[in-house]
Amino acid sequence: MTRTARAGGAGARSQTITEVRDRTAPPLGVGESAVRPDAPLKVLGRFAFASDLYLDGMLWGATVRSPHPRARILSIDVSEALKIRGVATVLTAADVPGENLYGIKKADQPVLADREVRYAGEAVAVAAADHPETARRAVEAVRVEYEVLTPLTDPEQALAGGGGPIHPGGNVARRVRIRHGDVGSVRPQAEVVVEGEYRSGVQDPAFLGPEAGLAVPDGSGGVDLYVASQWIHDDRRQIAAGLGLDPSMVRLTLSGVGGAFGGREDLSVHIHACMLALRMGRPVKMSYNREESFFGHVHRHPSRSRIELGAKRTGELVYTKVRLILDGGAYTSTSQIVIANACYFAAGAYRVDNVEIDGYAVYTNNPPRGAMRGFGAVQACYAIESAMDRLAGALGMDPVELRIVNAIEEGSILPTGQAVDGPAPVRELLEHLRDLPLPPDEPDGSGGPGRAPDLRRLPGGVGNTTRGENVVRGVGYALGMKAIGFSGGVDDYSTARVSLSIVGGAPLVEVYSAAAECGQGIVAVQAQIPRTELGVDTVVVRPADTLIGDAGSSAASRQTWMTGGAVQAACGRVRTELLERAAVRLGRPPEDLALAGGAVCERVSGEPAVTLAELLGGETVEAVFEYHHRPTEPIDDVNGQGDAHIAFAYAAHRAVVDVDTDLGLVRVVELAAAQDVGKAMNPQAVEGQIEGGTAQGLGLALLEEVQIVDGHVRNPSFTDYLIPTILDTPPMNIEIFEFPHPDSPYGLNGVGEPPTLSSTPAIVNALRDATGLELPGVPVRSADLVSRAGSNGADQAPRGRRT
Amino acid sequence: MLVELTVNGRRRTAENVWAGESLLYVLRERLGLRGSKNACEQGECGSCSVYMDGGLVCACLVSAGQAHGAEVVTVEGLAEGGRLHPIQQAYVVEGAVQCGFCTPGLIIATHQLLSENPDPSDDEIREALAGNLCRCTGYEKIIDAVRLAALEMSVI
Ligand code: FES
Ligand code: FES
Repeated sequence: MTRTARAGGAGARSQTITEVRDRTAPPLGVGESAVRPDAPLKVLGRFAFASDLYLDGMLWGATVRSPHPRARILSIDVSEALKIRGVATVLTAADVPGENLYGIKKADQPVLADREVRYAGEAVAVAAADHPETARRAVEAVRVEYEVLTPLTDPEQALAGGGGPIHPGGNVARRVRIRHGDVGSVRPQAEVVVEGEYRSGVQDPAFLGPEAGLAVPDGSGGVDLYVASQWIHDDRRQIAAGLGLDPSMVRLTLSGVGGAFGGREDLSVHIHACMLALRMGRPVKMSYNREESFFGHVHRHPSRSRIELGAKRTGELVYTKVRLILDGGAYTSTSQIVIANACYFAAGAYRVDNVEIDGYAVYTNNPPRGAMRGFGAVQACYAIESAMDRLAGALGMDPVELRIVNAIEEGSILPTGQAVDGPAPVRELLEHLRDLPLPPDEPDGSGGPGRAPDLRRLPGGVGNTTRGENVVRGVGYALGMKAIGFSGGVDDYSTARVSLSIVGGAPLVEVYSAAAECGQGIVAVQAQIPRTELGVDTVVVRPADTLIGDAGSSAASRQTWMTGGAVQAACGRVRTELLERAAVRLGRPPEDLALAGGAVCERVSGEPAVTLAELLGGETVEAVFEYHHRPTEPIDDVNGQGDAHIAFAYAAHRAVVDVDTDLGLVRVVELAAAQDVGKAMNPQAVEGQIEGGTAQGLGLALLEEVQIVDGHVRNPSFTDYLIPTILDTPPMNIEIFEFPHPDSPYGLNGVGEPPTLSSTPAIVNALRDATGLELPGVPVRSADLVSRAGSNGADQAPRGRRT
Repeated sequence: MLVELTVNGRRRTAENVWAGESLLYVLRERLGLRGSKNACEQGECGSCSVYMDGGLVCACLVSAGQAHGAEVVTVEGLAEGGRLHPIQQAYVVEGAVQCGFCTPGLIIATHQLLSENPDPSDDEIREALAGNLCRCTGYEKIIDAVRLAALEMSVI
């Protein structure tokens, strides 16, 4: 049932080396670590990311952005900009050809601001010129006269109705109310009650590849856009509306995507580049620099949660009460869904019969927030896992034990009334982590008496801030749970076409879908499935574009399930046709035949009966399949009840940290993760998802926060917004569990998001264990770790073992 | 201005270079070598790492004029005879490539590390690659790739 994913020891290493040398080794099918087909081009520097695109004669676009978080636009004067040599055009709201509003869930964001700006960084005009620097100078030369207004930046004020409406319908984007059982009446039964407030900051997806695209007019009023995206079909819907064109006149091709993590669900350069290209009749490229990128995509919602837990002395939860507020910023993006998702999982992966959850997403004049890996469940997990450690402290109980006592299992009823109908191996994940040996103590980093300390193994590293004095160690655990796929009644589907033909005497399979490869490895999975289903080694995955049907977004940890399901089913149709043809030719029933090694074989003996080349000659067998997951329903507005989800996925972490209590510096010593993935379609890629997600969780715990003061972003650069480096990221000990999911292709479950949930609270729980501090907010800053007499009167002695 | 330099063993000339352009811009937009990436253009991410006159530099921090007359090696210059360099092969095999935007810079930085220290410890690998950000992998497989490359190159 379980597999140890981390190869360890010399044996494993030499096996890998054999793989390198053995160039005759077959390409690999489902469940094996097939090399991703785009990797060779990527290591050679020949893979075309969106920012690498070019065409002779293209222009470069640039964006004028508002310096004010809230203001009326009185006038825009582009005349000086147009005088600059090399500037082709400058466009404003008046030039937007179609609907000047767009959005994934609700069209409320102007393509270019018209009369009013609602956040600092909002696009007001776009320019095109023959050199990127000329385009930037044009941007600087555009004169916009603003009447500056007082921004509304406090989400509580927004909720209370203060600050004036940012949108006509008021400042609450969505309220979610979940009522299950009866908290009021069971309250007296709780023997121990803890209350706490937890906050999380604004995290930036910080994908490395900048937002970029190349728009090419087709000469008949339409446009082709090559762009980095998570969901090209939804992009097209929004772009066509903005351009006032029929969707068939807007064609998108997915370009190389340099990471996404939710930040490429909303549009960035898309409509702007197309507008400029159509206006000038020339190709236009746009590519943000890092600073603009901080304004060009949505961030993770900052959150404030109040949690009250009531429990028996045994640790058994009696009730859970949560109030949670997310600041959605100036436009809706996906805020209504993010708040729902936060509320679904606000009570954690625990059995509790009495639950009250109230969640709010509000509008403010902060930059817009939307999708980011984990999608609301990250904030919810941080809060509930912090509260669980607080409860463990109040009960004097081991934090892992408390979690195991309350762990959900198959059949448990969630706060939304839905029964968990797939495997829920929460206890197994926790027990695995609990039983893992701890990393050895390294009091001074030296690994032995009498040797100089290795500073790299101490908090502060080669900064030489400590030689081991006043360093305490802590251990923390956390558990995360999230739904997989689109929830709440959305008809979620993906489309794939699989064709098999004979090229140069050998069978070749071509797979075609619009699934966005953002780095996660869907291209590898799409190649693996036909190898397994059709017994053909050579598989080509075509570039994703909008000439085939929708694949849905590379989001919600859904793409391998949904597009994998479509590819598997399309392969099934191709196989049926091949076997039927072979049956006629061989005079055998198709049930006696199978596909393997590029031939039709006897099912029982495996003997080849006819090769695919002989069977097909010059013909192609092709099938298209649209895969839908089972229907779901929205939760109701009154009590938040409903079967909203198709599946749940779980991950848990154990973090070990060392803290320099004099300076508040932290070294994460080790992060261990355990996750159930149903079926590891490509074990190496699954490990990569868990490792990458874990590191992003570390970033939120310790480093990453977009600092916003009065609506202004103060740190839009990698100099001031810190993402984890290889020195910040510890060795990871990863265990992958495979409990097959009953409803999915191959029994797989979604993988990408769960590790991002539990990593953050595990680290903060370890810091709490080391220092005895309450640490209500993330990221935890050095000052939080040294101010003993700080907030909440948490003037306690460190509890961690002094090393 | 005119910038002449040697890139991956070939003499190249870029004309009409504006004084504010970086070596990275010249490589990418004037010479068509887009393997070196532009994740920050502020010297913080290492995605633009190249060799200049034998030393590792962030091409985004070198002005085009400074690169005049220089000898530059980019990620496009490592593979020989149509075969991946062992470092490139190791990144592929170990799954150290996800989105791949960090990859060219990391491969150059790994090349520099292994040419100075053919058998680095994990701590030495971390120290050497600390200037290269990767958002996707959590770095575990990058360390695996460096270890594998070191082993492969010591066997050759
Ligand atoms: S692009 Fe040069 S260091 Fe980031
Ligand atoms: S693989 Fe995406 S940034 Fe490293």
